[in-house]
Amino acid sequence: MAEKKGRYGNHGGQYIPETLMNAVIELEEAYMRFKDDPGFKEELFVLLKEYAGRPSGLYFAKKMTEDLKGAKIYLKREDLNHTGSHKINNVLGQALLAKKMGKTRLIAETGAGQHGVATATAAALMGMECVVFMGVEDTERQKLNVYRMRLLGAEVIPVKTGTGTLKDAVSEAMREWTRRIDDTHYCLGSVMGPHPFPMIVRDFQAVISREIKEEILKKEGRLPDAVIACVGGGSNAMGSFYDFIGDETVKLIGCEAAGRGIEGFETAATINTGRMGIFHGMKSYFCQDEFGQIAPVYSISAGLDYPGIGPEHAYLHDIGRAEYVPVTDDEAVNAFEYLSRTEGIIPAIESAHAVAHAMKIAPEMDKDSIIVITVSGRGDKDCAAIARYRGEDLREE
Amino acid sequence: MIKSAFEKGKAFIPFITCGDPDTETTEKILKEAYLNGADLIELGIPFSDPTAEGPVIQSANTRALKNGVTTDGIFAMVERIRGDIKIPLVFMTYANVVYSYGADRFTRRYAETGIEGIILPDVPFEEKGEFSSVCEKNGVDLISLIAPTSKKRISMIAGEAKGFIYVVSSLGVTGERKSIDTDLKPIIDTIRENTDVPCAVGFGISNPEQAAGMAAISDGAIVGSAIIKIIEKYGKDSPAHVGEFVKKMADAVHGTKDPAA
Repeated sequence: MAEKKGRYGNHGGQYIPETLMNAVIELEEAYMRFKDDPGFKEELFVLLKEYAGRPSGLYFAKKMTEDLKGAKIYLKREDLNHTGSHKINNVLGQALLAKKMGKTRLIAETGAGQHGVATATAAALMGMECVVFMGVEDTERQKLNVYRMRLLGAEVIPVKTGTGTLKDAVSEAMREWTRRIDDTHYCLGSVMGPHPFPMIVRDFQAVISREIKEEILKKEGRLPDAVIACVGGGSNAMGSFYDFIGDETVKLIGCEAAGRGIEGFETAATINTGRMGIFHGMKSYFCQDEFGQIAPVYSISAGLDYPGIGPEHAYLHDIGRAEYVPVTDDEAVNAFEYLSRTEGIIPAIESAHAVAHAMKIAPEMDKDSIIVITVSGRGDKDCAAIARYRGEDLREE
Repeated sequence: MIKSAFEKGKAFIPFITCGDPDTETTEKILKEAYLNGADLIELGIPFSDPTAEGPVIQSANTRALKNGVTTDGIFAMVERIRGDIKIPLVFMTYANVVYSYGADRFTRRYAETGIEGIILPDVPFEEKGEFSSVCEKNGVDLISLIAPTSKKRISMIAGEAKGFIYVVSSLGVTGERKSIDTDLKPIIDTIRENTDVPCAVGFGISNPEQAAGMAAISDGAIVGSAIIKIIEKYGKDSPAHVGEFVKKMADAVHGTKDPAA
């Protein structure tokens, strides 16, 4: 059979209702038309530079390196972007594209709220209407981000169905898109969903790995030995990996949220505990029961609390090009506190999963080896939740 | 044969979520629906995250799964009642339910129970190959959907359609609508230029007038959420109420004639 569009090995595809098919076809056509258009590229470049603050720094974590007594550790500082995470890279690209397509309204799903905040920001900037779907449980976990989105002029709709988390927010955003297609672009936040989203989001996030490569060559004169990023749907990881896929000496490591451990049910580690399935527009790995019912996953991190993974990650796993490791809540919380104390950088609890894995492997590596950790976002939003995790009664209200 | 549902005139097609509130009640509901004039029944196999459904059918899926219904349990139920229900039956579920069971194994199993086709709302034309091939092999039909947004895709989809075509009445997910404003006539005309396979309209139909109206321009009307609401309200006592509603709707649809050309 001929290779189908939007496939990564066996993964990917377009498993969506017929009502949405022309919308994704039009999106793909528009993207192919604009992606190499000099005017579009220039506009996006200026936005990323002047508005989002790119390039983001590649910071040598000297104290962490000395403390772990192993590999040299660099942090890719996506937390320093405008809106506080890597999500803005993709959102500015998609919002600009949507505007070119004549759309006047953006809808989005959000877990931790970072993608919702980024989308609300781009909508405010470009004068577009914005509606963000967020699991009701996440609106509780991430109250500050709910307020930020509203402040930016977006409507936040708490999703009460299912587990009231990220997967339900995605389902509801897809439902809303089938209701209103003409003026609405679904600004999907990760390298997931139906083709062309995994490709578009990857391309807009690939700026992370291009910058890492350029900067590490300047600073060290060679490529890193490992690039580590956290993975929910997988957008910051795909962005961090993409330019290194052809460089076989660079180990690519995605850190999945293991929640309370991959032996039990309270986990969101898709590659480690899931199997092949079809959901949310794509064929990939999913946490599910024996009859294909999607599992109610769990992680302390709202942004990684998702039962699937982007199709290109599933493919990188299949061919052995990337490795996906589980990191528990406890390990992530320890890393959250460790990076705060050691480097004065409070990472997002999502990113702390990547920091935690680096803390495990760095001491085993030679002193002249190099690890790059992508700090995908900043952790201000998580402070209250982590305090509660540690038994402190810190309330935002 | 699915075709037989459309041979006596316009078809009324109710949708029932299996296992809501439990499989025993579903069995009774199916019999009531058959005895009160249904021409074909769509049996929903619940899915945890039904992205094409509105709140009413979503809740039915949740209730059924909470009560422990499984794909195997539904196959067993169909085997028990198939002999009593002398009209075509089709399944409606989501791709992952079929895929995770093994598309071939799933299809073989349901073909054996006497189900004649399947509707998978998250499998569009481009992705249908791995499902339609096993349907063909097992002598059942993969039902295609056509939406108001399908436009140039209509002829392509209709050209390969099997069983019947499910015409989605309007944008959005399943659930009642006050009125259906889409101009479906040109869509159905295009379908008919491309195939002899019958087409029935669904999504948002909740009363006899709407059902008759949709049947008048097509070959039948499909009703889901309005029935599920009755089941939600009456639970184990719902079969007689569903029967009454099906009779009203089926009578309206059966009394429908094609508008004079």
